Amino acid sequence: MKKLLLGDEAIAQGALDAGLSGVYAYPGTPSTEITEYIQDSPLAKERGVHSRWSTNEKTAMEAALGMSYMGKRALVCMKHVGLNVCADPFVNSAMTGTNGGIIVLVADDPSMHSSQDEQDSRFYGKFAMIPTLEPSSQQEAYDMMAEAYELSEQMHLPVLMRVTTRMAHSRAVVEVKDTPREQNELNYDAQASNWVLLPAFARKRNVVVTGQQPILEQMAVDSKYNQYIDGKDHKLGIIASGIAYNYLMECFPNGCPYPVLKISQYPLPKKLIRRMTDDCEYVLIAEEGQPFIEDQVRGVMPGNAVIKGRLTGELPRTGELNPDFLKKALGIESGESYAPCEDVTPRPPALCQGCGHRDVYTALNEVLREYPNARVFGDIGCYTLGFLPPYKAIHSCVDMGASITMAKGASDAGQWPAVAIIGDSTFTHSGMTGLLDAINENADITVIISDNLTTAMTGGQDSAGTNKFEAICKGLGLSEDHLKVVNPIPKNMPEITAAIREEINYHGVSVIIPRRECMQTLQRHLKQKKAAEKK
Amino acid sequence: MKTDIILCGVGGQGILSIATIIGEAAMKENLYIKQAEVHGMSQRGGDVQSNLRISSNPIASDLIALGGADVIISMEPMEALRYLPFLAKDGWIITSSAPFVNIPNYPDIEAIKADLAKIKNVIVLDIEQAAKDNGVPRSANVILLGAAQKALGIEYDKLEDAIRRVFGRKGEAIVEANIKALAIGREAQK
Repeated sequence: MKKLLLGDEAIAQGALDAGLSGVYAYPGTPSTEITEYIQDSPLAKERGVHSRWSTNEKTAMEAALGMSYMGKRALVCMKHVGLNVCADPFVNSAMTGTNGGIIVLVADDPSMHSSQDEQDSRFYGKFAMIPTLEPSSQQEAYDMMAEAYELSEQMHLPVLMRVTTRMAHSRAVVEVKDTPREQNELNYDAQASNWVLLPAFARKRNVVVTGQQPILEQMAVDSKYNQYIDGKDHKLGIIASGIAYNYLMECFPNGCPYPVLKISQYPLPKKLIRRMTDDCEYVLIAEEGQPFIEDQVRGVMPGNAVIKGRLTGELPRTGELNPDFLKKALGIESGESYAPCEDVTPRPPALCQGCGHRDVYTALNEVLREYPNARVFGDIGCYTLGFLPPYKAIHSCVDMGASITMAKGASDAGQWPAVAIIGDSTFTHSGMTGLLDAINENADITVIISDNLTTAMTGGQDSAGTNKFEAICKGLGLSEDHLKVVNPIPKNMPEITAAIREEINYHGVSVIIPRRECMQTLQRHLKQKKAAEKK
Repeated sequence: MKTDIILCGVGGQGILSIATIIGEAAMKENLYIKQAEVHGMSQRGGDVQSNLRISSNPIASDLIALGGADVIISMEPMEALRYLPFLAKDGWIITSSAPFVNIPNYPDIEAIKADLAKIKNVIVLDIEQAAKDNGVPRSANVILLGAAQKALGIEYDKLEDAIRRVFGRKGEAIVEANIKALAIGREAQK
């Protein structure tokens, strides 16, 4: 059966067709659609496949590990920086090994279309000593899911699958199975000697895991996803991984005259790489992300071939690849094209009209005019746009939850006022532990939890802490006198500015919660209500 | 056949719905398809674009190269010009004429019009007005699609069929409004 699917959707369908029992994830562009597809899937509903959003990527990875422990197949999804959040269980899932197969699907974002950095998840796969797959097409992404689960269960290792934005958010026709595989049965095969990582056991596991690397490498050499395609002209050889392979093929509609090594499975198939470096004078390495392959191939010692790529300037060091960069690297003439139009100006995203964050920033800015040295530590979400005009309200945004902890650190250094602004989902993701630190030390900070009752930037997913924030703050030890809830609408400005001013002047931890539903989810709910009433 | 299309506009204008209709028509014809888009900022008034490639041969890259686009279909005039370097010299621009001014430094619309007039093959249409005048206010985007039909290289009735399949579950009234919008757009073709 043929379906027109996004890369993300192909991965989701592939997981379901491979007998998935649970997907665990936190929303993150460009991975969000995988979990949403499974949530909307009739097959998943019929089979009771777990698909609710997790509070963060670490809890997601750990829950998946629990499902694997019981013998069933799990999928963990995240954007690239999400891997930083779950690095502890991720790396140690190789140490415990898996029972039911685990695929960790990470969607990298080169060119940072919506991210703080463009880190390359393939480093994590190497770091954890597990196999990594990097599909070159939506069809490959679908096919790889079943094979990755087999590989995971055969080697008792999680498998990392890495895609990038242009695969995750691109549609193509995919041939999908007519009959999905059944789920695994629950079993008690998991051995404590693997799963209890006391040093005595962990040392033994470490020997096993490191000992498996040559086997994993041979599998990569034999993999059908890594292909050595010979060419007539051996002056140049090209290594292309993942979707870079597509950009390469785009340059040669009638076939590439040079030998090509397509890499979609790691560890690096060194035997195949050596064949090329022995055969060719120059080797161009085209890979999406950081020079992961290029660095390893070049190494420290001089080799037979001259290596060219992102580190030598043939391809740009930063940002995503495209067919034009490949053409340039290969010395292929670009066709005629128009020059850019000078009258075009950038159109950056802005907070929606009527958004509650706007009212929060208006109030905050009004108060902080009285405190010229105030610093506002921001966080990740729609409210990060408060940096842009007309608000220009925040001074930092680093990673999930850093608003509260940076405010505390700045306050420790002597800064006053130190204000943190964080969203509801980000707060439960990684803000609670920072708030606990602050409360335990009675830090002089003012925390604003701008609660729009959703995870908005990624499309309005459920927020883990909805209706629980007051209880969470009090439970962490916050004094009720310094916990204020307000409704961020224009007519409440006097009340809100008074609350902010009062709490800034309180020299301990304060939390102010402006709460009003996101305009996007509000409209969606109204639409759904109308549709339901019609029926 | 091969048609490389850039669809663009501002978040919320319905540009990606057009992509869905074209994709549906192409799939029915057993053409190869690749459609890349950048999500996320579409809700927040930022620029939105999609690379849609259809071909009777397998397609390698999801992205269109500079000078590779046969058609730019745009819901907003300045957005059409943003992708000018991707337009083939003989390529078509089919765009709405109404500026979406949600930024403080939006350029002079006369300058934008003049830039568009320089393009060899261009259709500029006040789709919003045409939609209102013809009683199909929510289907301005499909008027644009109708105007682009010849440039796309897809037969008119195949687009109509695709509309029926894509909007079918929304009811007959919506299907008919979009069929009407497609016809209005067709009138504007050169």
